[in-house]
Amino acid sequence: MVDIKITADELHVTECLNLVADPSCGGVATFIGTVRNHTKGRQVVRLEYECYQSMAIKEIQKIVWQAIDSFGVKNVVVHHRIGTLYPGDAAVVIVVSDGHRDAVFDACRYIIDTIKQTVPIWKKEVFADGEEWVSAHP
Amino acid sequence: MKLKILAFGITKDILGVQKKEVEIATGATVAALKDLLEADFPELKKLRSYFIAVDSEYADDDLILAQEHEIAIIPPVSGG
Repeated sequence: MVDIKITADELHVTECLNLVADPSCGGVATFIGTVRNHTKGRQVVRLEYECYQSMAIKEIQKIVWQAIDSFGVKNVVVHHRIGTLYPGDAAVVIVVSDGHRDAVFDACRYIIDTIKQTVPIWKKEVFADGEEWVSAHP
Repeated sequence: MKLKILAFGITKDILGVQKKEVEIATGATVAALKDLLEADFPELKKLRSYFIAVDSEYADDDLILAQEHEIAIIPPVSGG
């Protein structure tokens, strides 16, 4: 089972866990990426996420199928939020389930690491005294 | 030919618009488009990197562009 979603609505971890629920699976790994309240000593007021929806969905699909091929995991959920987020909000939820723990930890790690490298989603950090697109400049 | 270009993230700020039409020689490659964009918007050269996507896929520099393509500028991504 694969479920991929990019949404402006709040993410629900329980909903993601319910989606991967599978009596044949003895291991469930979850990664939740949340908004930090500081970056390099500056206080973050909010993050503004945007994405190139059609390409972002395609790129997440590729990553999920690579993870399924490489680690042999059975169920994967990736939900990513866009729009305006505040410290503490969940920006991404990844849940992987399979028979054993090694594969689900490895797949979950691979998915979040690769999302950060290739999926066309961008965030702008808004500080009390300015704003900056994350990673844009060297 | 005229190409329709989508810009995201910081490149939307650099171009000043989210959608832009660009006039370029028929048969131009991705590399030629990048040269043209960098000439008009030198700020692009200050980015860590950027890619061109064609029809929602990362495109190589030697890909030949056509009017019907959906073309997008992809600055360094920062999802998650």
